[in-house]
Amino acid sequence: MENIVIKVRGLRTQFGAQVVHDELDLDIQAGQVVGIVGGSGTGKSVLLRTILGLNTPRAGDIEVLNENIRDASDTLQQRCGVLFQNGALFSSLTVAENIQVPMREHLQLPRKLMDELAALKISMVGLPPDAGPKYPSELSGGMKKRAGLARALSLDPEILFLDEPTAGLDPIGAAAFDNLIAELQKSLGLTVFMVTHDLDSLSAICDSIAVLVDKRVRLATMAEHMKDPHPWIQSYFHGPRARAALDG
Amino acid sequence: MDQEPEWDIRAGPGGEVVLAAEGSWTVGAVADLDRRITRTQLNGAKQARIDASGLTRLDTAGAWLLYRARRDLSVDGVAVELSGLDSQYAPLLDLVEQADLAHPEIDREQENPFVVLVGRVGKAVCDAGEEAVCLLNFLGLTIVTMLRVITRPRRMRFISLVNQIEQTGLNAMWIVGLLLFMIGVVLAFQSAEQLRKFAAEILTADGLAILVLREIGVLIAAILIAGRSGSAFTAEIGMMKVNEEVDALRTTGVDPVEVLVLPRINALILTLPLLAFFANVAALAGGTIMSVATLDVTYTQFVRQLADAMTFKNFLVGMVKAPVFAFLIGLVGCYEGLQVGGSAESIGRLTTKSVVESIVLVILADATFSIVFSFLGI
Repeated sequence: MENIVIKVRGLRTQFGAQVVHDELDLDIQAGQVVGIVGGSGTGKSVLLRTILGLNTPRAGDIEVLNENIRDASDTLQQRCGVLFQNGALFSSLTVAENIQVPMREHLQLPRKLMDELAALKISMVGLPPDAGPKYPSELSGGMKKRAGLARALSLDPEILFLDEPTAGLDPIGAAAFDNLIAELQKSLGLTVFMVTHDLDSLSAICDSIAVLVDKRVRLATMAEHMKDPHPWIQSYFHGPRARAALDG
Repeated sequence: MDQEPEWDIRAGPGGEVVLAAEGSWTVGAVADLDRRITRTQLNGAKQARIDASGLTRLDTAGAWLLYRARRDLSVDGVAVELSGLDSQYAPLLDLVEQADLAHPEIDREQENPFVVLVGRVGKAVCDAGEEAVCLLNFLGLTIVTMLRVITRPRRMRFISLVNQIEQTGLNAMWIVGLLLFMIGVVLAFQSAEQLRKFAAEILTADGLAILVLREIGVLIAAILIAGRSGSAFTAEIGMMKVNEEVDALRTTGVDPVEVLVLPRINALILTLPLLAFFANVAALAGGTIMSVATLDVTYTQFVRQLADAMTFKNFLVGMVKAPVFAFLIGLVGCYEGLQVGGSAESIGRLTTKSVVESIVLVILADATFSIVFSFLGI
């Protein structure tokens, strides 16, 4: 059996009377790239936020890296990196300072080494060298996402959570971002867990796909999902857009 | 478990210098490694080998140190060979190398702090001047739009106007009344303390009447409204700007100044005089109650004295300022709201700016009124 890094058992999330997830189970193996898809309102982002501990579930257990998130140690946060939808960069800090926030908070590194590491991450995510001293408001949407990714990678996490990484990017930028994630995943050996609607990303970089239907998750590869008789999954993976993405 | 990271110089077979990297080289341990690597002395050796076979874990921070050690030694003219690296870490080292080659280190020039200071002062002055010109421009635009609308009263937005009157006037009455009542109490108490020394406590009424009617009532009401409604104008219009609602209005052929700015400014011009009147009443009531309670005067005596001091002239001197203050507050509030750029971040900054600017302008206008009135001998 391979190493399971995210383990969800019997998860139930509820807002008022509206049940979003019910009896949801999910296992994610180390080193995989998993995409979550689902119709709007099925709770993709809610699932991501719940695994990160930002939402408290009604019932169920979540283990990340073999630690239950309810009584997780401080080090768990250092082992997970998160890229929020719009980057969520701290607006009062420059890009380099943003990348150094986790280092400052959790480690004591000499100033010069932190600058070097920040420059390294900036270069790794494909930003130009002059992006470091810039403020987030001076960056374009795509650059903000790259800077957010650099911050998420700041402490070399084992799991990377991405919330709609390619939303709002043009097709060329989105493809470049996909490549970047795939490349980083390979060289850093990351586990990537991402919410996405981008069929191109799904077919290009995801090892398996978690489909949220009927308040639960069905985790399988793209090919297996194609054969699933569930009507929503059928229309998702056999719609004209899906066909275009898969053919291309 | 993670093994302690190590970095040692050893003598290899045949007099070769071996730099042994061992253990877990991860971001948590790099601070110590960084110190040890920078202190590495090779004592003039021209060749060395980094032996990475003992590495148990490596992440980008560790890979960076390994790469940097090799690079820096090469720069010093030492031929360095890397051996024994686990093949799973090879892509990581490649990644770090590529990243470094893509961004050759740039030595940024340290700027002279004095020059920076002068530059900032200069920029602030130029910005303030530019801001004043833009505000003046907006004043002109507002007045022209106002005149155009007056000639066609059907274009006045009555529903919006009434709504704004409720928000800026009616809903502000409670706070204005309460605060001015308390200010009246404080004024009466403080002046009575001083006047008692001259056995002229009854003149508290004169002082109170003149101070409240001419200055305090309208000024405090205006400052409260600047904080309450001026900031709301900036935030509301700013939010519409971020949502591109203002642009949507423009493309529909509706003038944003006409539908967003005018109803707000007009509502303030109508309500602030009424609020100022209410503020006067509240402050005088507070002062009267305080005086009667603490001084040795009867209610009738005090009110008669107060009535004598409350001349119509004093009342008008205060009241005439109210529409001017209202116009300034509304103008600045709406102007800053329209200055909001594409992102929501600027709303907070501009709201603060709008409150500060409108209070400064109100007090400047008040001082100007005082000077003009004293020249005219009013």
